Amino acid sequence: MGSRASTLLREEEIEEIKKETGFSHSQITRLYSRFTSLDKGENGTLSREDFQRIPELAINPLGDRIINAFFPEGEDQVNFRGFMRTLAHFRPIEDNEKSKNAAVSEPLNSRTNKLLFAFRLYDLDRDDKISRDELLQVLRMMVGVNISDEQLGSIADRTIQEADTNGDNSISFNEFIKASFVVRGNCMT
Amino acid sequence: MAARWTLSLLLSACLFWPACLALTPPAELPQPHNLPPSLGSNSSDGSLSLDLPMALRVFSVDYNHVQAPFEIVLWIMLASLAKLGFHWSGRVPAVVPESCLLIMVGLLVGGVIYGVRHSAPPTLSADAFFLFLLPPIVLDAGYFLPGKLFFENLGTILWYAVLGTLWNMLGIGLSLYGVCLLAPSSLGDISLLHCLLFGSLIAAVDPVAVLSVFQEMHVNDQLHILVFGESLLNDAVTVVLYKLFESFLRLPSVSGLDVLLGGCRVLVVGLGGLFIGLFFGLVAALTSRFTSRAQVIAPLFVFLYSYLSYLTSEMLHLSGIMAIVTCAVTMKQYVEANVSERSKTSIQYFLKMWSSVSETLIFVFLGVSTIQDVHMWSWPFVCSTLLLCLIWRATGVLLLTAVVNKLRRNTVTFRDQFIIAYGGLRGAICFSLVFLIDDFPKKRLFITTTIVVILFTVFVQGMTIKPLVELLDVKRKKRALPTVSEEIHSRLIDHLLAGIEDVVGYWGQHYWKDKFEQFNKKYLRRFLIREDHQAPSSILRVYQELERRDQRGDEEAPPLVDPRSHSRPLLPEEMDSIRRILSRNLQNFNNKQTPAYSRHTLHQDATMDRTRKPLHRHRSLGERYTFNTQVPYCPQREDGEFSGSRRGRAGLSRSHTVTTKTQVCSMSPRPVLQDSSVPAATSQTRGLVDPKSSAVRKEQISPHHQAPDGRTPKKQLSFVLESEKQQ
Repeated sequence: MGSRASTLLREEEIEEIKKETGFSHSQITRLYSRFTSLDKGENGTLSREDFQRIPELAINPLGDRIINAFFPEGEDQVNFRGFMRTLAHFRPIEDNEKSKNAAVSEPLNSRTNKLLFAFRLYDLDRDDKISRDELLQVLRMMVGVNISDEQLGSIADRTIQEADTNGDNSISFNEFIKASFVVRGNCMT
Repeated sequence: MAARWTLSLLLSACLFWPACLALTPPAELPQPHNLPPSLGSNSSDGSLSLDLPMALRVFSVDYNHVQAPFEIVLWIMLASLAKLGFHWSGRVPAVVPESCLLIMVGLLVGGVIYGVRHSAPPTLSADAFFLFLLPPIVLDAGYFLPGKLFFENLGTILWYAVLGTLWNMLGIGLSLYGVCLLAPSSLGDISLLHCLLFGSLIAAVDPVAVLSVFQEMHVNDQLHILVFGESLLNDAVTVVLYKLFESFLRLPSVSGLDVLLGGCRVLVVGLGGLFIGLFFGLVAALTSRFTSRAQVIAPLFVFLYSYLSYLTSEMLHLSGIMAIVTCAVTMKQYVEANVSERSKTSIQYFLKMWSSVSETLIFVFLGVSTIQDVHMWSWPFVCSTLLLCLIWRATGVLLLTAVVNKLRRNTVTFRDQFIIAYGGLRGAICFSLVFLIDDFPKKRLFITTTIVVILFTVFVQGMTIKPLVELLDVKRKKRALPTVSEEIHSRLIDHLLAGIEDVVGYWGQHYWKDKFEQFNKKYLRRFLIREDHQAPSSILRVYQELERRDQRGDEEAPPLVDPRSHSRPLLPEEMDSIRRILSRNLQNFNNKQTPAYSRHTLHQDATMDRTRKPLHRHRSLGERYTFNTQVPYCPQREDGEFSGSRRGRAGLSRSHTVTTKTQVCSMSPRPVLQDSSVPAATSQTRGLVDPKSSAVRKEQISPHHQAPDGRTPKKQLSFVLESEKQQ
């Protein structure tokens, strides 16, 4: 129990997180309690195993990739700040959003950043392009085994055709934004 | 020019029918004297025979024998001819909604009949309305309901339906009572309970009227589903309140306990209707599973079960509308997967046809029933009712939306709110309910007022709402064609949001949707859908539909597709495989993007004949595509695949997994299937048994699968499956 006290959230931290992510005080405390309940090792960070213990996430077809999105490049542990930073992408945009800090040019939950998050789910090698292979992987995950490779390949080809405007046979971020314009995603307002 | 001639011809035909109707029943047909009466029984039914010597009758007319069905058919014919006439009459339908035109025809017909017979024309009996005319419309509405949108907005819809109706009812009832108190001379004998009863039946928005007006307007989907969903669901509240006040009127006194019980009844009525609908829907789905040998009667089950659910809940005094809507929504996906393509089309066409006829008849009868002797007019009552209906609806919508917007992500804008308030049309349900009131001195006044309100809302509001929509620039329905990338991205976002909700531990919309989908795939679909018809994923459906359109050389093909990339001609075997895929999976098409709301047309499926040809040709080639026919055994959802654990890509038939099942399913929480009879695939899958496959591992393995030699194991698999199948 002794180590617990050192991981309690301090007021200054809450303020910083609030500024960075835009969550309210109560939201931050609630998410912190969720964080600590996930953190079985009680060392103030989450590892991949902690995420994989969530049962519904385990059967989500994109589960692994979502988990990956929480961990910064090459690391295996994520602390509460990083956790909140990732979750901040999903905060709904409010009409009266004002960014006090001029340095933060774009809030984390702006539409572009949300799309960037989704884009990174496809683009694993971070080359800012969704290649045909990456698309095929995601498709296979979502669609299941009932479909043959050739069909899947045609679907992937068609998707790239629809979105690709500069003919490099892959989808760049800008093309992705344009293609997602019609997507009626509730979080993408 | 031709249109005007046709119109006038049709209208004169329409006038001819009512003349027939007016003349036939009471009059005796004149008899030529030299007609001998027939032998035997015919002379006793008063048809037409005189006391003439018994001899053989050459020609006779026996109207009474066929009177009832004959008149019904004449009415339906009248209504349908009128409807035909409108569509040929040039610009009129663009300005005046069909419901108004039909009511006018009804008024005309009623006037003719009244003039000829000097007595009231037949009115719309409440029984006929509730038992025969209303169910087809509601069934049609429920069957073509856009499910996803409906459930996403369900909270808001329920909020409007229940609380909105209550607010309107109380407001109108109490205000009317105030008006009655202010004019004691003419309205003094209307009690509070009567006012509340009247308020309950006039407050409800009518689905028939809303449908017929909104479907011509093409507003954005969310607005449409809000208004329409509200009109469907408020039936439960209306029914309960109406019956409640009616029984209160019969009781000597009303206590607080009765009011509380009334509140409980709302819940019972609504949920009861829901459960009855669910039950019948599931039974219908199960029945449709076995209709493969008698495909012709498959559509009949859809109608029978839905109607049964309606009748059952009416019998138990529950909400029939909720039952039939729930039944339709429940059984739709399973029935459509089970029945043949032709049956599916039959179902859709019959639904459209019956609901069209019903709706037309309802409006015509509304017009006819207006012409009667029983009117009692009272300026203060009628005008104040009209005004109060509008005011209370507007304030209700504003207040409720203000509250609900705090809980929604997509707010309901002011324009949308205005349309919701303005689009609250009253229709035939109010009319029938008012006829059912027990007789009391001012009943005629109520009837007159109801008719006036209905006519006002349908004519004035119905005609002006379309220009208002354009004036206010309400967001219209997007006419974009479906694209595969849209489908994929939607799915990705759904999964992503569900995953984030899991991380955060928040049981939100996506969580429950996901849970339901899992339950659906795991239990319901396997139980209720035929084995060989388990449907592929929606991504595949959209893709196939787009391929079909391209094949057909449709000029509506999305212009987004870059012509440059079509340069690579499709190899013959690719075309063949595409045709195979299409013909195999054709029946799983449903046009998700264009809900068939139009009263007049279904989505045209013109290529059906063309795609049947490959089916014939293809059967002779044998069945090479056995993948989709066999369902993988271990419980898995179609999108629940982990790329890290690649199961055998061929679907394995259930019998073949028996040996490996025990070892496989006990291995890990995510069972991996292995087919020991397929050497090539096994070597690949065995390496993936580790449940904790990390992302790195997954990356290494998947490119391996896409190596060119990935094709050979598949061919081996298909060959193996063929031979297994033949055993």
